[in-house]
Amino acid sequence: MNAEILARLQFAYTIMFHYIFPPFTIGIGFLLVIYESLYLITKNKIYESITRFWIKIFAACFSVGVASGIVMEFEFGTNWSSYSRFVGDIFGSPLAAEGIFAFFLESGFLAILLFGWNRVKPGVHLFSTVMVALGSMMSAFWIVVANSWQQTPVAYEIVSHGENSRAVITDFWAMVFNPSAMVRFNHVIVGALLQGVFLVLSVAAYYYLKKRFTDFAQKTIPVAMGVATIASLTQLFLGHAHSKIVAEYQPAKLAAFEGLYHTSKGAPLYIAGITDPGKETTYGLKINGMLSYLIYGERNSKVRGLNEFSKEDWPPVAAVFQTYHFMVMLGMWFIFITLTCSLLLFLKKFYDKKWLLRFWVWMVPLPVIANQLGWVSAEVGRQPWLVYGLLRTRDGISVSVSAQEILVSVILFFIIYTLLFFVWLYVLDKEIKHGPGQVGEKPAVGYLAEAEKLGFFTKKKE
Amino acid sequence: MDYNVTWYLIVGILLMGYAILDGFDLGVGALHLMVKNDHDRRILLNSIGPVWDGNEAWLVTAGGALFAAFPEVYATAFSGFYLPFILLLFALIFRAVSIEFRSKEKSIRWRTSWDIGFSGGSILAAILFGVAIGNVIIGFKIGADKEYHGQFIDLISPYTVLTGVFNLVMFTMHGAIFLYLKTEGELQEKVKNWILKIYRVFVLLYLMVTAITLYIRPEMVANFSFGKIVHSGQPHDIIAQNQVIISVIAWAVVLLNLLAIANIPRTLARNKPLQLFVSSACSIAALIMLFALGIFPNMMISNISPFYNLDIYNASSTEYTLKNMLIVAAIGFPFVVAYTAAIYWTYRGKTRIDDTSY
Repeated sequence: MNAEILARLQFAYTIMFHYIFPPFTIGIGFLLVIYESLYLITKNKIYESITRFWIKIFAACFSVGVASGIVMEFEFGTNWSSYSRFVGDIFGSPLAAEGIFAFFLESGFLAILLFGWNRVKPGVHLFSTVMVALGSMMSAFWIVVANSWQQTPVAYEIVSHGENSRAVITDFWAMVFNPSAMVRFNHVIVGALLQGVFLVLSVAAYYYLKKRFTDFAQKTIPVAMGVATIASLTQLFLGHAHSKIVAEYQPAKLAAFEGLYHTSKGAPLYIAGITDPGKETTYGLKINGMLSYLIYGERNSKVRGLNEFSKEDWPPVAAVFQTYHFMVMLGMWFIFITLTCSLLLFLKKFYDKKWLLRFWVWMVPLPVIANQLGWVSAEVGRQPWLVYGLLRTRDGISVSVSAQEILVSVILFFIIYTLLFFVWLYVLDKEIKHGPGQVGEKPAVGYLAEAEKLGFFTKKKE
Repeated sequence: MDYNVTWYLIVGILLMGYAILDGFDLGVGALHLMVKNDHDRRILLNSIGPVWDGNEAWLVTAGGALFAAFPEVYATAFSGFYLPFILLLFALIFRAVSIEFRSKEKSIRWRTSWDIGFSGGSILAAILFGVAIGNVIIGFKIGADKEYHGQFIDLISPYTVLTGVFNLVMFTMHGAIFLYLKTEGELQEKVKNWILKIYRVFVLLYLMVTAITLYIRPEMVANFSFGKIVHSGQPHDIIAQNQVIISVIAWAVVLLNLLAIANIPRTLARNKPLQLFVSSACSIAALIMLFALGIFPNMMISNISPFYNLDIYNASSTEYTLKNMLIVAAIGFPFVVAYTAAIYWTYRGKTRIDDTSY
């Protein structure tokens, strides 16, 4: 395998692994703010136990997110150094801003969120929770800004620099608020809320079924279901707004999303289907004219197809089409299920449906998958470009790193991340089965006697 | 002082902040297996518990700042230093998750495994930082295209291994001094003994590294020489016009470094833990300043030709970006200092274990 494929494989693997965790922390962080506020307002101890339980889950997700996030910060330099040289003047700024504005805020107040329960006043603790939630969203903001600039580059000019050319920024704020930045940021945040809230609902449903902490479950579910319903509905509009931006700035990507090989009036929207690269046609269940209508508000408008672009500028159509459609399907499913369950909750018919609760327990991976699919379709849809229309992916890799070196790191990442993932699952499972502690319960301090030695390197003392 | 110099200082300050703050985290990690019972290990772990994550933010921000201000250095250094860098990332990953996961099970095997992950990751990271610094001093095979043209094995030499060990010892001493501040009773007595022992090794290695550096890279004192020695390669106006002031600052830092190092045994003997910690922090800061003054205005030295050096001018972003990012930094930095101060204040005093501890 050549260096380019390996470098892409490594980036895809490390970013997809990393992106399991930040949406959990963003989503749970947001819910923590709600639950802790409820505790302070109602003074009901049950909300204290809800908050403290989710802080523990938050911490487990956060630590793996941070650990795998450091990799991302430096991987542009290690594996994509030609890209870093080309866009350093532009792309480095949001990363630095993320560090200064988001990471310090998040990690600083995290100390109080995790360890401050007995040390600071309740109001200060709530403030810290808000700051951590805000920090995690700010972090998402800057990183989505950086990625959106790759999708819809603006406010730059190309200058020659030594033997090579590079992109140089001309307007900082126009770069930050590039055409796709805000809509993609909102799309990402709402996706993250869904991921966090589905975990919360899954755990609460599990407790209810097991008849443990039922009070905890019944206090958790209505709030979480409300957030889930609003988030799924909002996502529909955000997704729609995002598609319009894609149609305007990345027409080849939109054509790949919808498997539109030929420019057509009254372009169809596929519910599901398959693309045939040989015949350059797409088969499946479709609504004629719907794509044209959604993008231009007119059933007969012309939508540009892939035939308008030279073949070397096509993204891999099948992969983009399928990932995009599965994401949309999942989104529609979230709307259906959350609306239905909200209604059942309102009618007080939710808790007696055991099968439905069981279903919620197992639905937790779906938003994770939807978030991953969305990013895959966005990033693969940008191909063959690393910066849309400016720099090809193959021209962005590190010149001085050999394929063997990348292969070694890919294998090591694979082993370590797999291990980490299962340990994380194990820890999460254990925390969930253990459940929220009784408030006021005495902690087990020094469960081992002083004399009991752990003995590593040295013999155990008897 | 132009924007390029300012950004050299900012990246330097971020790295100094990282070395001082995460330096003691890594040092505590290196010492972790030296205590044998679970209670004491938890004390060690929880002494850094609330702060290690914030301390690591300094590294990530330094990386982002380097990318924004000096993209050519960011690109050349990380791609050239590829495998050691990947190793460093693994070390930091293991360290981070070990801290979180250790307390989740009570079995001795579980806890000991994470103890090893935490300690091993800390030791490896501390050594690799030192190896990296050693390589910057002796130079890389950087070509006219600003790319690294060497092999992995070129990065490992007796000198860079020595700087790696030196850094480990320095961080371990710093970690022990931090623990002296956070522990009490029997454990504190034990820590005191460690400090005394490590201090001797530290001074010995300090002299060795200094002597060997001066021998193999006499140009490291160019900025200390009032213009008697000049860096080879591209001449820089900033040096030519400010020789005296730069040399005066450099000698002031030498003095600070010597005083701070000498102050360590003195404050330990007088039992002034906070002053002891400040002395240790000052010695680390001064050492980094000496290193930064030694290579200034270069950032990476080419040992193919000194004309291929990456310096603060040929490796930087445009002035427009440097200016904008300076505004960003100026807005953000007071907040960073405020959060950091608030957290250290909240968790001041001796480390105690409660129901939120690791």
